[in-house]
Amino acid sequence: MVFELKNIYKDYIQGREPVPVLKDISLSVEEGEYVAIMGPSGSGKSTLMNIIGCLDKQTKGSFIFDGADIMSANDKKLSDIRNKKIGFVFQNFNLLPRQSALENVELPLLYAGVSKKVRREKAIAALKRVGLAERMSFKPTQLSGGQKQRVAIARAIVNHPKLLLADEPTGALDTKSGDQVMELFKELNDDGVTIVMITHEPDIAKCAKRIMYIRDGELYKERTGEKE
Amino acid sequence: MIENIRLSFKGIFSHKIRSLLTMLGIIIGIAAIIAIVSTIKGTNEQIKNNLIGAGNNTVKIQLSDGDTVCDFSWENPPKNVSMFTESTKKRINELKEVESCTFYRTRNNPDNLFYLNSKIDSATIYGIDKDYFETAGYEIVEGKGFSDRNFTNFDKVVIVDKTLAEGIFEGESPVGKILEISGEPFTIIGMTVQNTVFEPVINSVDDFYTYNQTSSGLIFMPTNDWGIVFRYDEPENCIAKAVDTDAMTNAGKKTADILNESITKESAGGEETSATVEYKSESLLEQAKSLQDLSSSTNNMLIWIASISLLVGGIGVMNIMLVSVTERTREIGLKKALGARKRRILAQFLTEAAVLTSIGGIIGVLTGIGLSQIIAKVAEVPVAISTPSIVISVIFSMVVGIVFGLIPSIKAARLNPIDALRYE
Ligand SMILES: Nc1ncnc2c1ncn2[C@@H]1O[C@H](COP(=O)(O)OP(=O)(O)O)[C@@H](O)[C@H]1O
Ligand SMILES: [Mg+2]
Repeated sequence: MVFELKNIYKDYIQGREPVPVLKDISLSVEEGEYVAIMGPSGSGKSTLMNIIGCLDKQTKGSFIFDGADIMSANDKKLSDIRNKKIGFVFQNFNLLPRQSALENVELPLLYAGVSKKVRREKAIAALKRVGLAERMSFKPTQLSGGQKQRVAIARAIVNHPKLLLADEPTGALDTKSGDQVMELFKELNDDGVTIVMITHEPDIAKCAKRIMYIRDGELYKERTGEKE
Repeated sequence: MIENIRLSFKGIFSHKIRSLLTMLGIIIGIAAIIAIVSTIKGTNEQIKNNLIGAGNNTVKIQLSDGDTVCDFSWENPPKNVSMFTESTKKRINELKEVESCTFYRTRNNPDNLFYLNSKIDSATIYGIDKDYFETAGYEIVEGKGFSDRNFTNFDKVVIVDKTLAEGIFEGESPVGKILEISGEPFTIIGMTVQNTVFEPVINSVDDFYTYNQTSSGLIFMPTNDWGIVFRYDEPENCIAKAVDTDAMTNAGKKTADILNESITKESAGGEETSATVEYKSESLLEQAKSLQDLSSSTNNMLIWIASISLLVGGIGVMNIMLVSVTERTREIGLKKALGARKRRILAQFLTEAAVLTSIGGIIGVLTGIGLSQIIAKVAEVPVAISTPSIVISVIFSMVVGIVFGLIPSIKAARLNPIDALRYE
């Protein structure tokens, strides 16, 4: 098991009132799975992803990631988990603009304390994996949207994480580059990488092996089906 | 760390104008401090050189009546001062502050000095013991010095200094010429010059009076001959050479104490006794010190003003760093998502602030050095660049960066990664 959410609630304090954004969410993901979480805008997808990605903590409920209880973990522990066990892919790529593709991919290894030589080797291997080895010295501004997202994917997988977590990975891409990214995800999943992907596009969600639906902060197995 | 420094340079150079403006306060502050400190140091060295001579470290201990040095060209020597002996000299030499000492007598502008029937007006005659040249820092440049036999035989020989030789003999060698002192013929056996590299700068009337006596010619004779031309019982004065500049004050005081033992306080009934005479060490060093204190206290105020400029510079750095943290909220959020710990973010921003202000400090030091050269030229004030002040300035500007970078850096390190990632 990669992670398990049990009866998760998340409230945001707005003014004085707590506004519930996630309600009683339970979800467990096994190794090698490819799960898509679908839902309309504002339904709580990103909030859920932040919790799964150990960037935020739930208000209530238990969340175990790779055997560790996240609720009680401190900043150092959470940083380590994000660094070594989770690879993030964002809608808007989030590459450092002044650094080359290679340097961007090296970042997680830098934080993991990997030596420069090994960093370089692993980053080049990851860029090869996404088919961008020949562009490794390019700055993000010199790359197309699809290429930027592939650099971001290389950065996400460079540490061989337990989980690849993607929030609307094709949201800022044209159909063709979006399809390329989906192709890459499928290949990675075939190689054994566990993927959780958030999207609001049914076509993209279809690439996954399992689809979950979120509406008004509640998780469903079927598009309109009963609560899980 | 090296990575952080590299990144800082990259960041600073990608915002050249902004970085330069941020550094401006630091640059001005440090440049002002360097220029002021250089001027203080230059002035101090000038004062020291002017008053006590460069590196000679000698103190004169002279018989004085009140504040005036006794001059026996017109007054009779007091009866209660006995002559120094070899054991007096030995005791002075044994002082730990004293390297060597010498006894001498002087007579300013005597009216009984002639060369070939023409009177020599401005000259000072010294009656010296055999340690004088060594201790007072003279060397023989022509002819020879006094031998022991010159002293014991009462030989009528003198040594003149270069100023006198040039004034009277007009380029001819003085050696072998004969001077008439008090009707007695004295043969010149050598010429001497003071070997310190002391070139006084005459800026004021006071300076002029300080140096004019060294600009008149000097004639040295063995002290044993003094009785031939002047009075045999004139008390001697002393020059003590201190082991170093700092020991000068003590060397002078302790030597004076020993010399004063030769003065009997109670008048023995003689009419020439004076209860007020005593040996006093000249306080040139103290004068120099107080002048230096004066010049540095006025300049200390300037340093405070410059420090305010540094403070303003520091606030400027803090301001820009806060802007930079806000601008880079996304970057910080991303780094945190990728596993960067608080400490790393903190270190990154602190390094950036420190590198920024250090570069400012270095530019400031260079500007300050340039500025002090300009001051030296325009105001004709001597300047001396002090290495410690340069090192301290650069370290200090680095500290300013760290101190004023702290609040922005803590703010960056505390950012919540989701808020940071969400930030547009
Ligand atoms: N930090 C926050 N403070 C208050 N409300 C928030 C915050 N983050 C998200 N929300 C609210 O939570 C709901 C879900 O947001 P989000 O998870 O971003 O939805 P999605 O990603 O599905 O569009 C939205 O109504 C949003 O306004
Ligand atoms: Mg969203």
